Amino acid sequence: MTWIILIVGVAVLLGVYLSWRAGRLDRLHARVEAARAALDAALLRRISVALELASSGLLDPATSLLLAGAAHDARTAGEARELRESDLTRALRAAFGQPEFRASLRGRPGADELLAELEAAAHQVFLARKFYNDAVAATLSARRRWLVRLLRLAGGAARPGFFEIDDSLVAAGADEQGTDMPHLTG
Amino acid sequence: MRVGIVCPYTWDVPGGVQEHIRDLAETLIDLGHQVSVISPADDDTPLPGYVVPAGRAVPVPYNGSVGRLAFGFLSASRVRRWIRDGQFDVLHVHEPVVPSLGLLACWVATGPIVATVHTANPRSRWMHAARPALQSALEKISARIAVSEAARTTLVEHLGGDAVLIPNGVSVRRFEKADPLPGWPGPGGALGFLGRMDESRKGLAVLLAGFELLGAERPGLRLLVAGPGDAADVAARVPAPLRDRVILLGQVSEEDKVRVYHSVDVFCAPNTGGESFGIVLAEAMAAGAPIVASDLDAFRMVLRGGQAGELFATGDAGALARAAARLLDDPDRRAALSAAAAVAVRAYDWPVIARDVVAVYETVRLGGGRVGVVAGGPG
Repeated sequence: MTWIILIVGVAVLLGVYLSWRAGRLDRLHARVEAARAALDAALLRRISVALELASSGLLDPATSLLLAGAAHDARTAGEARELRESDLTRALRAAFGQPEFRASLRGRPGADELLAELEAAAHQVFLARKFYNDAVAATLSARRRWLVRLLRLAGGAARPGFFEIDDSLVAAGADEQGTDMPHLTG
Repeated sequence: MRVGIVCPYTWDVPGGVQEHIRDLAETLIDLGHQVSVISPADDDTPLPGYVVPAGRAVPVPYNGSVGRLAFGFLSASRVRRWIRDGQFDVLHVHEPVVPSLGLLACWVATGPIVATVHTANPRSRWMHAARPALQSALEKISARIAVSEAARTTLVEHLGGDAVLIPNGVSVRRFEKADPLPGWPGPGGALGFLGRMDESRKGLAVLLAGFELLGAERPGLRLLVAGPGDAADVAARVPAPLRDRVILLGQVSEEDKVRVYHSVDVFCAPNTGGESFGIVLAEAMAAGAPIVASDLDAFRMVLRGGQAGELFATGDAGALARAAARLLDDPDRRAALSAAAAVAVRAYDWPVIARDVVAVYETVRLGGGRVGVVAGGPG
């Protein structure tokens, strides 16, 4: 009799533990999904503001073309998305890094708002990517546990992958302030 | 945006984290957001309108000092109710690895959670041991903020993952202008210290040793010390001939704290470690006080590598005395440091810092969903 009680007890405990582990994994996958949605939204916003700046008539035609091309390629990238988004970052960096870039736009109608919006969008890409990769790292480490693999606790949830792009926008200035919020101009 | 902020320490006891939360909440309110803060506090403590009490906190030793923390199922159910009723867009938890309301909030909440880590503690091996217990609560955090590189390193080493760095803010307008305390700094010059007198890592012992060296050569020099702790105990450590030149104010009001910074010729931050940002330093900078500070990583960064204040070898009373003496003898250098500090501190002014925090809120909100509570938890 005691044997049966013991076995049933162990089985119940094991069941509770496994369902807790599965629940945790489920939560992690949900966090990855939310972070991915945020990252996609942030990337799209950056593309659309870059396009708006390119078509605003505020920039010289060469810079406009550079930005429009990079933004278009990022929007239609498909498989090569990480590369194309990195290219957009580099194009933005090149545009904003021109000598007297900001000074040349100062006072032009709508320029300050558009630049601020682009800066905020670039900011958000940096943040969203960091939060997404953080969620992916936590999920992958939970999926690597032998019990999770053995019992396939992850179920059908797709294995998330890191999103690696160049999103650093500033070379100087950030360290001094002790913040790693990137800014387009130092 | 509706923001719920969780404070781990008792609201009415002064502390860096509480002040951070107060200034963040008030700046967010100024920016037009709706903010509610939950904090350990007795139900009859007078609180600002945006603070909700979570009940009494218990004094327990934690991380090298005595913290007043709130934990247990009762606190958890109060947090749970507050989250459920608050309908927040974002939940912002402070110090999620301190056994208090922040950790409880992570435990009971779902949805977009932002967490700020303040403490840097390279020796906390036990944190690694507690990792399994913390993990399922901490895994829910969508975005992590560290207030310093040291805090970020602690977080990454002990709990894994990454964090964005957003430094501590200081409410510059609160500190910019004040009258010195009556009779200060006085003709013989004055040094100042602000912080807990009985907490060894605040470094008052280093400063007292330095003052012994300086006081012997400079008969008029005085030392002004403000902060909680046992004044009689500190006075007993000062040699008798110098005792009447060390003025121990004990804990001071918020207004007097500002006046202390304006009452001294040289402000000293002799901390020996564990300091993740040094809010006291930023306040002194906002007040335009010439500063002598330990050469801790965090301090060096805030003081722009020594441009906005003199650095001395951490824990070295002789080096402190030499650096302070140089400044006491050179009014031009003091004025230059004061001006440089006032400029450097603008990067930490709350309206600037809060913009970065709001960008984090907006980013986690892009993922969709609102803050809710887990089903079937406490309360």
